[in-house]
Amino acid sequence: MALDTSAPTKVRSAVTEHRFARWTLILVSLTFLTLILLLPLAAVFVEAFRKGAGPFLQALHDEETFSAIRLTLIVAGVSVPLNLFFGVAAAWAIAKFEFKGKALLTTLIDLPFSVSPVISGLVFVLLLGANSYLGHWLSVYNIKILFAVPGLILATMFVTFPFVARELIPLMQEQGTGDEEAAISLGASGWQTFWHVTLPNIKWGLLYGVLLCNARAMGEFGAVSVVSGHIRGQTNTMPLQVEILYNEYNFTGAFAVATLLALLALVTLVLKTLLEMRYSEEIAASRRH
Amino acid sequence: MEVRVQNLRKEFDRFPALHDVSLDIHSGELIALLGPSGSGKTTLLRLIAGLENPTEGSIYFGDEDASKKTVQQRNIGFVFQHYALFRHMTVLDNVSFGLKVRDGARRPPKAEIRRRALELLDLVQLSGLEKRYPAQLSGGQRQRVALARAMAVEPNVLLLDEPFGALDAQVRKDLRKWLREIHDRTGHTTVFVTHDQDEAMELADRVVVMSQGAIEQIGTPDEVYDNPNSPFVFGFVGQSNCLDVRVNGGEIWFEDRPLGLKVESEADGDAQLYFRPHDIELRDGCGGCIAGLLTTSRRVAGTRHIEVDIGKGHPPIELELSPSQAGALDRTRIAFRPTRWKLFRPVS
Repeated sequence: MALDTSAPTKVRSAVTEHRFARWTLILVSLTFLTLILLLPLAAVFVEAFRKGAGPFLQALHDEETFSAIRLTLIVAGVSVPLNLFFGVAAAWAIAKFEFKGKALLTTLIDLPFSVSPVISGLVFVLLLGANSYLGHWLSVYNIKILFAVPGLILATMFVTFPFVARELIPLMQEQGTGDEEAAISLGASGWQTFWHVTLPNIKWGLLYGVLLCNARAMGEFGAVSVVSGHIRGQTNTMPLQVEILYNEYNFTGAFAVATLLALLALVTLVLKTLLEMRYSEEIAASRRH
Repeated sequence: MEVRVQNLRKEFDRFPALHDVSLDIHSGELIALLGPSGSGKTTLLRLIAGLENPTEGSIYFGDEDASKKTVQQRNIGFVFQHYALFRHMTVLDNVSFGLKVRDGARRPPKAEIRRRALELLDLVQLSGLEKRYPAQLSGGQRQRVALARAMAVEPNVLLLDEPFGALDAQVRKDLRKWLREIHDRTGHTTVFVTHDQDEAMELADRVVVMSQGAIEQIGTPDEVYDNPNSPFVFGFVGQSNCLDVRVNGGEIWFEDRPLGLKVESEADGDAQLYFRPHDIELRDGCGGCIAGLLTTSRRVAGTRHIEVDIGKGHPPIELELSPSQAGALDRTRIAFRPTRWKLFRPVS
């Protein structure tokens, strides 16, 4: 017996909820998002512009703030490319080879996600501080890592390491080694295979990973705070600068710097969405769905 | 180019995938590796390509020992089961890839690469689609791009892994014919893997039947079909019936009666009688025959397929009758005798 689906009495499909349930779910999620995400974000901008655009710009026009922005750019500029490199290497190793200790490596990559950033900062202090063997050796040769830029970069790298690798591993595992085998069977060398076949296949995942990695690298607070030493104008990144200004009751200044960080998040989001819209077909194809 | 495989053995984590396989592939030959899954046919193909390394044994391309060479140095063309086309490249770029990645002196000039790629696309009947991406092609078209890409490097040997496995039945049939034509025109030494006996029989000059990591039989499709050398080949290639019989005094006995089939040089004892469903003659009455009750009868194209119950303890026998034979059939009882058959002794 054929069911007349065009009948005026509305028959719900089996997986569609009742309209009431649907709207409730949507309303709950929207309320939650508004309270937890949108309101605080709006508050940042409201606070920053409370006294108008003049004081806002003035607050940004500050030597220490400039130095904090510069330092954040340096730290992200060094740690993101390095993590990009290590992330691709680790994902490649895990997705394409079988070796002993593979499970351990996979777990280790996740470690920064499960460890509190403060702890990871502390580990570097213990490892490289004046009381440690390594710290002593470094001070003999007058190499400054802690409370200097290299320390900030190390701590940031530790915290942001998983982003690129995590994004790539499932993608590369899903793609398998078929394309690479095809390339080498056609005479391509290892490098040619990587540049012409593997990299184009993973470029969207890689870009996502880098975007996320960059956002986190610029916004990292905990680990960086421990190894920074808070030397004004020298080892303060933007998030640390926000804290200092806030503690000094310079609310406009604190929120002005905070808007920059919030803007970074928004730009990241917009970029990601634009990429998805522009290249959705290609992305879908590269995931072989 | 001639390819010789000598005493090849391959283990994966101590699990033997191939044991002691030797095979001579003549230059310009189209050869099929036929077997069920797990028979080692794909492993053998990948070993020839150099995508796997043998545990023991060697592979010669002509007089050169290829087993010491890398995949790249072997200059083979490999068509993968799921084609493995480069998604981000156009059809033309896919086909040109093998020539573009060549170094310095061996790389033809750009215009020449393009000319050759277009020529190949013409050969595989894809002219006009060179700017498409693989995702914009049908399965059959992708298959042909993969073939053109593999042929672009002018390979010593063309290796195809289940080339039609992912296609639907009609496309499969067309491509089969077409591949044979391409082979006859280009003359590449070609090895393809398949689990489909029809494909192997229709397409190949010679068929290599494999089972459990070893070669069971090598021969032309006719030899393999008409003269299977083992119960496995009898059962795997084409339909067959198997009957438990006895040899006694140079004659084959089924239960309590002789079948009228002579075996002069066989020792007395248990044996299995294999015969094809169509290699039989119908008999009146039963002096020296197999008799049973007709259970089902189906018309398949020009022949009638019937199933015969020949008594407890025996599997039902399937027969294929011509229209004239079927016309002479009694409704329920049937008596017959194999005309072509083979006797295998149980392995002691």
